[in-house]
Amino acid sequence: MKIHEYQAKEILRKYGVATPRGFPCFSVEDAVKAARDLGGKVWVVKAQIHAGGRGKGGGVKVARSEHEVRKWAGSILGMMLKTHQTGPAGQKVRRLLVEEGADIKKELYVGMVVDRGTQRVALMASSEGGMDIEEVAAKTPERIRKLSIDPGTGLEDGDADELARSIGVPATSIPQARAILQGLYRAFDETDASLAEINPLILAGDGRVLALDAKIDFDGNALFRHPDLAALRDLDEEDPAEIEASKYDLNYIQLEGDIGCLVNGAGLAMATMDIIKLYGGMPANFLDVGGSATTEKVTEAFKIMLRNPELKAIFVNVFGGIMKCDVIAQGVVAAARQVALKVPLVVRLEGTNVDLGKKILADSGLPIISASNMADGAKKVVAAANAHAKRQAATPKPKAKAKPKAKAKPKKTKPAKKAAKQPPKKKPAKKKARPQKKRRR
Amino acid sequence: MSILIDKNTRVMTQGITGKTGMFHTKMGKEYANGRNCYVAGVNPRKPGEVYEGIPIFATVKEAKAQTGANVSVIYVPPPFAAAAIDEAVEADLDLVICITEGIPVRDMIRTKYKMQGKRTRLIGPNCPGIITPDEIKIGIMPGHIHKKGRVGVVSRSGTLTYEAVGQLMELGLGQSSCVGIGGDPVNGMKHIDVLKMFNDDPQTEAVVMVGEIGGNDEETAARWVKQHMKKPVVGFIAGVTAPPGKRMGHAGAIISGGKGTAQEKLAVMEECGIRTTRNPAEMGKLLKSVLK
Repeated sequence: MKIHEYQAKEILRKYGVATPRGFPCFSVEDAVKAARDLGGKVWVVKAQIHAGGRGKGGGVKVARSEHEVRKWAGSILGMMLKTHQTGPAGQKVRRLLVEEGADIKKELYVGMVVDRGTQRVALMASSEGGMDIEEVAAKTPERIRKLSIDPGTGLEDGDADELARSIGVPATSIPQARAILQGLYRAFDETDASLAEINPLILAGDGRVLALDAKIDFDGNALFRHPDLAALRDLDEEDPAEIEASKYDLNYIQLEGDIGCLVNGAGLAMATMDIIKLYGGMPANFLDVGGSATTEKVTEAFKIMLRNPELKAIFVNVFGGIMKCDVIAQGVVAAARQVALKVPLVVRLEGTNVDLGKKILADSGLPIISASNMADGAKKVVAAANAHAKRQAATPKPKAKAKPKAKAKPKKTKPAKKAAKQPPKKKPAKKKARPQKKRRR
Repeated sequence: MSILIDKNTRVMTQGITGKTGMFHTKMGKEYANGRNCYVAGVNPRKPGEVYEGIPIFATVKEAKAQTGANVSVIYVPPPFAAAAIDEAVEADLDLVICITEGIPVRDMIRTKYKMQGKRTRLIGPNCPGIITPDEIKIGIMPGHIHKKGRVGVVSRSGTLTYEAVGQLMELGLGQSSCVGIGGDPVNGMKHIDVLKMFNDDPQTEAVVMVGEIGGNDEETAARWVKQHMKKPVVGFIAGVTAPPGKRMGHAGAIISGGKGTAQEKLAVMEECGIRTTRNPAEMGKLLKSVLK
């Protein structure tokens, strides 16, 4: 789970990490008041979204007067901020952080992640702060220092000092840097973080060491023991379909394509996406219904996939282990009836109770296309999606003049179908209602 | 022969009194030699009780002492699962198979730390378990899709392992052992550890290695294969189409910082002499093509 910069800084301050003073703001007036309360002559107005690269996207501005604070707050709040991490549409800015300006002498980088190689927390540090660390890692890997932290002892004084020195912290500032590094580790450990980054960590003109920016991600599996952190979840920053899915304990990730996939198990779900692509289609989503899917869960999964207006066909690919095929089949039939399914549905069942599952599908009278194996299913669903796109394009409605192309790539025909076919179905995707805050798992 | 478990293995279930633990213990008991293999359950609050004909003990140590169980399977809920592993390691079992999904990474880091210098092997967490067909099944995989044979299977994913097995069976190929190592970033045995065992197992003649995006365990294993493996290995990596930065279901299945992509893994595997396919429906066919 991700949180905002200002929230990360609040957490880090509790662990003794020094940061510039600042206040979160939700309106222009808030921002002006924050600047007044902070005092001084220079302030920084920072967009708060769950993505990096905010500065380059125009979401971070320096203000040298109250007038400028007002101006920048006004222009940043509500903007669609585009960065390399937001996707092409950008992310709407709803919160700001207004901070006192800092006198930057040098920018450094420190970060922590779980290192799968050592199976420990790794501390990474670099003299090259303020830039994309992935770029530093690619271009000048020798400028990144890495230290594996012993879970038994934590980050020891000597190691912290040595690391700080190696990235260019001057002797007089070493004790401060040590406090920050050790605080960062304690914060990482005690909050069950999966990533914590201070980029940049700055040496200020007055010798102070400060966290100028901060980012913390948490391990979703550990949120049950941190209700205070779970409450920081900002649903505005998440994909509505993914939020809806998380309510039903479904693993759903929206993708660019038009073939919906419903699969049990993460590995098979990924493989299903891969094979759809291999046979010339594009997956619309990753969806793992898990090992304990009920009819209700499968129905919800269908509804979530169908929110996607691009959807041209659905592929259900289930290899039953714990998940019994008859349960999936019942869910599929119930879901198809409940949502009055208008796109072709290809189902491949294998494993526990497969015959029972196939019988349920056959007896349902629904136009379900049955597949004998994964490859057969992938081929059939790609063909069905293409045929569906053609039918949509051929529907005799004012805007649907586009004649079916020989090998209709489903995507191209979309606008026509949207106008022609959608009305009868209500479009939950447009629903603005925000789901209830709910902890995952 | 087989690896890790066989008909002589004696198993205890930690978390036997929960719904999942009980169901899969029952299934395991009904599979092949399971009746003789499943000998104990552990629940500190229910010692002396009997589930599915299996006696419950308060601790792992006691269960081991009383029944001779040398392997444990864990179905304990995530908040307590790492402690359950610790207990099994403390009791000096040969092998712990942790099925539980959703254990906090921090707990696993500590558990791995405590396991240093101990002899107990760990499979999982967040895995389907291990099966040695026609002998013993420990975990949640459907037993009936397997049969005894000469192909080893090692995988980070559950259902994708079943898929591989299903394809092998369609070609009439049985398995020596199938090992699901799980989808978590901090876990027990890795691909390389299992491959080493298959290499030493006379029954195994070839191995299917199924990986997925995230980390570099497949690359590490591939480099070892190049140097030491005496048997053919074929591979598939799930997630060619996965977008970077998104966690694809499994906690460990994430492309971060441009690292851990399927393309990268496939390239290294090919380079190291592992035949790979980009078609998950052709794992079985590929394996058959390399069998002597």
